[in-house]
Amino acid sequence: MKKVLKTEEERIAYNCRKATLLIEKKQNIALNPREKMELQVHLAGCYICRIYEQQSILITAMMHQILRKPEEQLKLDKAFKDKLKKQIENKMMNN
Amino acid sequence: MQLEPVIETLADQAVKHELRPEDWVELHADYLYNFARIRLSDEELCRDLVQETFLAALEKTKNFRGDSNERTWLTAIIKYKIIDIYRKKSSAFVSRDDYGTPGEEPEYFDTDLNNWKRAHWPAHFGIEDKDPLNNKEFTQVLQRCMGKLPPLWMSVFKLKHIDEEQTDTICAELRITPSNFWVIIHRAKVNLRSCLQKNWI
Repeated sequence: MKKVLKTEEERIAYNCRKATLLIEKKQNIALNPREKMELQVHLAGCYICRIYEQQSILITAMMHQILRKPEEQLKLDKAFKDKLKKQIENKMMNN
Repeated sequence: MQLEPVIETLADQAVKHELRPEDWVELHADYLYNFARIRLSDEELCRDLVQETFLAALEKTKNFRGDSNERTWLTAIIKYKIIDIYRKKSSAFVSRDDYGTPGEEPEYFDTDLNNWKRAHWPAHFGIEDKDPLNNKEFTQVLQRCMGKLPPLWMSVFKLKHIDEEQTDTICAELRITPSNFWVIIHRAKVNLRSCLQKNWI
């Protein structure tokens, strides 16, 4: 039979879904006192979510690095640029 | 009383920028193209966007007040177009809920107890203390995992990391509520972490 959670403490202790959501939130904004307490209580007893937190912070840093990585400076080809110039010219004359 | 005219003169001297559309291609085309390519990888689409940006800008020259420079003004126009594409891609994606979740996304947590399902328990990657940030292969695995994220989730991360925008700005741009924003970040990160674990260990 599945476990039934009776007390608020038990619900917090089991709620990895909420705890991991708070771990994400915490990396962006300050948690309110209630959320802070819930996360603290949960993490004190949940080894798996402590691993999650560590890895989540690492993934955030890695994503930042990947997404911001300066690509080589790309250049548009001359034919395309000439076409753009013509279009601009034409449009200016018609305005 | 005497000060006022002096201040006005100074304000008049403050640089007023002008538009010179005949120089746009030489001065800004490559810049705008690179700006778009970092945010959207599709080459053809980015070329089209540069073209559309110039043409749209020509129609709006009257709105240019000269308090920002030409490049900043053109960049704002192309950025608007890029966000429009983010939105279109997100709404074209077939998802199973308002969070843009793909149909095949597993349930990581127990529906009643809300704890991790045994099959999805996070485990150590084994390189936590070996400078993982500079581990090339590890980064590549994450990159491949990111490539599989649904468009809405990816758009949130691009606006957050590339444009470094605040939560409320991202919500307004992508038309999502703040609570949806957190759910999206959460689902995406749980998904990425799991993908890393599956493909690394």
